[in-house]
Amino acid sequence: MTKRNPEYDFKWCPGCGDFGVKRAIELTVKARTDELSIAMENNVIVAGIGCSGNLVHLTDGPQPFGFHGIHGRTLPVAFGVKSANPDLEVMVVAGDGDFLSIGAEHIGPQAKRNLDITCVIMDNGVYGLTKGQSSPTTQLGVVTSTTPGGKIEGEVKPFPLYLSLGVSFIASAFSSKPKEMAEMIREAMDYPGFSVVHIQSPCTTYNDTYEVLRGNAKKGIDPLTYDIPENHDASNIDAAFDLVNAPGLPLGVVYRAENPSPLNERFDGLDRKNDARDVHDLIEGFAIS
Amino acid sequence: MVAKRDFVVRFAGEGGQGMVTASEALAAAAAQVGYHVMTFVTFPSQIMGGPTWSQCRISVTPALSNGDELDVLVAFNEEAYNVHKDELRDGGILIYDSEVFSIDDGGGDSINLVALPYQELGKSTGNPRAANMVILGAVAEFVNWPDKYLSDFNIKRFTRGRPNDAEVVSANEMGLQLGKQAATDSGFSLGELAVPNPPDYEQILIKGNDSLSTGAIAGEVELFVGYPISPATTILTFMEEHLKGEGKFVYQSSSEIESITAISGGGFAGKRSMTSTAGPGFSLMSEGLGMAWMMEIPIVVVDAQRGGPATGLPTKTEQSDLYMAMHPAHGDAQLPVIAPGTVEECFYAAMHALNWAERYQGPVVVLSDHMLTERTQNIRKPDPNLIPIERREVYTGSNGYQRYDGSSVSPMPIPGGPGAYVANASEHDGIGDTTHLPQRHVDGTDRRFNKLKTLEDSLYESRNTQHNIAVMPWGGQKGPTHEAYESLMEKGVDIAWYYTMFLSPLNPKLIKELQNKDLVIVPELNYLGQFASILRQHRINAVAITQYTGLPFKVQRLVSEITNMVEQHASESTKAGV
Repeated sequence: MTKRNPEYDFKWCPGCGDFGVKRAIELTVKARTDELSIAMENNVIVAGIGCSGNLVHLTDGPQPFGFHGIHGRTLPVAFGVKSANPDLEVMVVAGDGDFLSIGAEHIGPQAKRNLDITCVIMDNGVYGLTKGQSSPTTQLGVVTSTTPGGKIEGEVKPFPLYLSLGVSFIASAFSSKPKEMAEMIREAMDYPGFSVVHIQSPCTTYNDTYEVLRGNAKKGIDPLTYDIPENHDASNIDAAFDLVNAPGLPLGVVYRAENPSPLNERFDGLDRKNDARDVHDLIEGFAIS
Repeated sequence: MVAKRDFVVRFAGEGGQGMVTASEALAAAAAQVGYHVMTFVTFPSQIMGGPTWSQCRISVTPALSNGDELDVLVAFNEEAYNVHKDELRDGGILIYDSEVFSIDDGGGDSINLVALPYQELGKSTGNPRAANMVILGAVAEFVNWPDKYLSDFNIKRFTRGRPNDAEVVSANEMGLQLGKQAATDSGFSLGELAVPNPPDYEQILIKGNDSLSTGAIAGEVELFVGYPISPATTILTFMEEHLKGEGKFVYQSSSEIESITAISGGGFAGKRSMTSTAGPGFSLMSEGLGMAWMMEIPIVVVDAQRGGPATGLPTKTEQSDLYMAMHPAHGDAQLPVIAPGTVEECFYAAMHALNWAERYQGPVVVLSDHMLTERTQNIRKPDPNLIPIERREVYTGSNGYQRYDGSSVSPMPIPGGPGAYVANASEHDGIGDTTHLPQRHVDGTDRRFNKLKTLEDSLYESRNTQHNIAVMPWGGQKGPTHEAYESLMEKGVDIAWYYTMFLSPLNPKLIKELQNKDLVIVPELNYLGQFASILRQHRINAVAITQYTGLPFKVQRLVSEITNMVEQHASESTKAGV
C-alpha cells in the first residue's frame, strides 16, 4: 500500500528482491528524465503479470504512464506503444515466468525489430504470485508445489537464449547490488536498441537463493555471482557466449552490439512518409473506365 | 421476345487455369458499358490446382446475389463438368474444350453443348493467353453483345505502355472473333441481353476487402498490425501498399496475439489502431480483446469470417462468428459489432468502426465474411465526407487525474501528455491501480456497459413495417435475402423488411419495432441460428433459416422457405383463433 493508492492491497514479501529493483528503476528514471530534460509522462512502463509486474503500481514520486496487461504479452504491447510514438521512453518490467515461459515467443521477433525498448527482468526462479510453482529458471531438482519430487527437467538459460535470439544489449544484475543494478538499467535505457537487464531477484518465500548467489563464507559456500572482468569484450558475441556458458553467474554488461539498427529507423528509411496518397485518389484508382 | 435482364456465367476448373481472370475480365467489360456486375469466387486452400470456380453475374439492375442458375458453364476439365452441370438452367449452354475431354453422355436433353477448342484457337492467334478471349468472345455472342463491348475493353485493359501492347491487343481481338464465330456456328443463343441502364451516379469496381481497407484509410487509421490468414490477408497487403504518410505505421506481426496486443499498445499511445484476421486468429485475440475492453482502449479488429470451427473451411463462406464477435472474452464484456452486408457497406463499416472505437473508447469488431471479401462488384463511389471523423476526448488537465472515475466515457490521457495513469487489465480504481473492493467492480462493470449506450443511435433499414411478419438478414446474406424479398413482394407475400449492419449494440428503437412483430425470420449461414437467438434474448420472436454448406444462400431456397414459414404462421394463427 502506498499513499497514492490506499485501496491497493498487493504486498511484496519482506526481503523480496523486487524492492531493490523498484528503487533502482525509480532513481534511474528520475535521474535520466531530469538530466535529459524528458517529461516524466514521456515514460511508459509496460508490466507483466506476476509479483514483478506489480512494480508499476508501487513506484513512488512523479508517475510515468503504466500498462498492466495480460500474462506474457509485455513485448508486443511495448512494440505497439513505441511504434505509435517513437518519442516515448518505453520500459518493460516482467518476471521469469512472464518473460521466459508464456511470453518467450515474443523475444525473438522483438530482438530482430530492435526498437529502443528496455526490459528489466526480475528472475526469482519461481512463480511467486500463484504461490510457488516451478518456472523456466527453476533449477533441476528443486522442490516446488508442481515439482514435489524435485524438478525433473533442466532450467532455461536466459543469457545464451538472449544472445541466440539477437538481443542487442544484454546485462546481468543482482538485486542485492543496487548501485551496479541501477548503472545497468541506465546503460540499457541509454542504449538505442532493444535491451534486456536480467536481474537475479530472489523470492524469500518460495525460492530463497540469496545464499547461493552471495555465498556464505561461514558455511564454505562460494558466491555464484562474480563481476565481469574489465577485459571482457562486450561487443564480441563469441566472447559473450563463452562468458555465459562458463560456470558461475557473471554480473555486468554481457553483450552490447555496435550500431544497432532499430526498426523505426529502417521503416523511416522506406520513405513512406512522403508517399501518402489522398483517399480520394485511392478511390479514384478503382474507377470504372 | 423480351430481352434478358440478367445473365450468369460460371468458369470452373483447376486452380491456375484462368477461371478467376476470365470472370473478372467479363465483369470489368460489362461494368464499363454500364451493366451491374457481381463476381463470386471459391477455391481450395492451396496455391496451385484444386477445384476452383468463379462466377460472374451481369444485370441491368443492381446485382444482389450470385444468381441461382447458370446461363453458361465453362468447364475447363471433366471434373468441373460433372460437378457443375446440374446447376445449368434448362436451355443453358455448356462450353468445354473438346481437345481436353469429351462428353460421352451428350450432356442430356436440356443442355446445349458447345465444343470449343479454345486453347488451340488461342494458340492460333500467336498468343496462347488469348484462350480466355476466345471463351469471352463466344459467351458475348450467345447474348448478342455488340462487338465493341469486348473490343473496347481489350484495348483499354491491354494498352499498358509496354512494347508488345499492339501485338497482345491484336491477338486478343483475333481470339474474340474466333470465339464469336464458333458461337455463331453452334447455332445456339440465349436471347439478347437488355441494353445496359447505367446509373446516374459515379461508380467504382472493387472487391470487398479493398473497399473495407479504403474505408479504413478514409477513417484515418494510423497504425495497422496484422498477420496473414485467409480471407483477411488482402487487407494486410492493401495496408502495406497504401497506408502511408507522416506518423502512419503498418507491420506484419509474428502472430495474432502480437497483433491484438500491439494495436492495444498503439491505441493506448493515442493512435487509431486496427488489425484484421479470420476466425482462428480471432480466437487467439480473445484475451487481448478482453484486455482492451477492461482498459478502455480504442482499437478495431476485422474478422473476415470463414467456415469454422478450428481451421474449418478456410476458403468458404459462413456467418458463424457472431457470438464470438460479441463475446470474445471471458468475463462480463460485450463488444460493439458492425457487420457490413455489401461491398459498399464494407467501406462505411470500417469508417464507422474507427469512429465508434474512439467515441466509446474500447474495442470494436467489424464482421465481414469470405463471400464479401473476395467478390468484385460495381458500387456507388464511396464518399468519405458522409461520415465525419470522430476522435476520442483527450485529457488536457493536470496530473493526479482519475482516468477511470465516472459512470461512462471520460477524457483519456495520452502518454506524453498529462494525467499519467495505469491502463490495467485487472479491476482498478480511478487512477488504474488494482483493487478488489466490491463496489469498484460494480462501478467499473456498470461504467464499461454504460459506455455502449453512446453507440445506440445507429441507422437501420425498414420497409413495409405495417406487416406482422418480418425478414431480417445480416451481413453478407443481405443481398440474396433482398432479392428473395423483392420476389416475395411481387408474389403478394406480405412481409416487412428490416436490416442493419450495427448488430451490437442494436438500436433500442429497432428492438422495440421487432418486439411488436409476430415473427422475425433471420436467414443466416450457421448451424446455431446465432443472430436469431440474440434477437430472442431481446424478447423478439425470431426464427432462423440456417445453412452451413460453405456457400451463400440461393435466392429460390429463401423464397420457398420464407413462403412456407409465412403460410405455417398464418395457419397456426387461425387454429389459435387469432
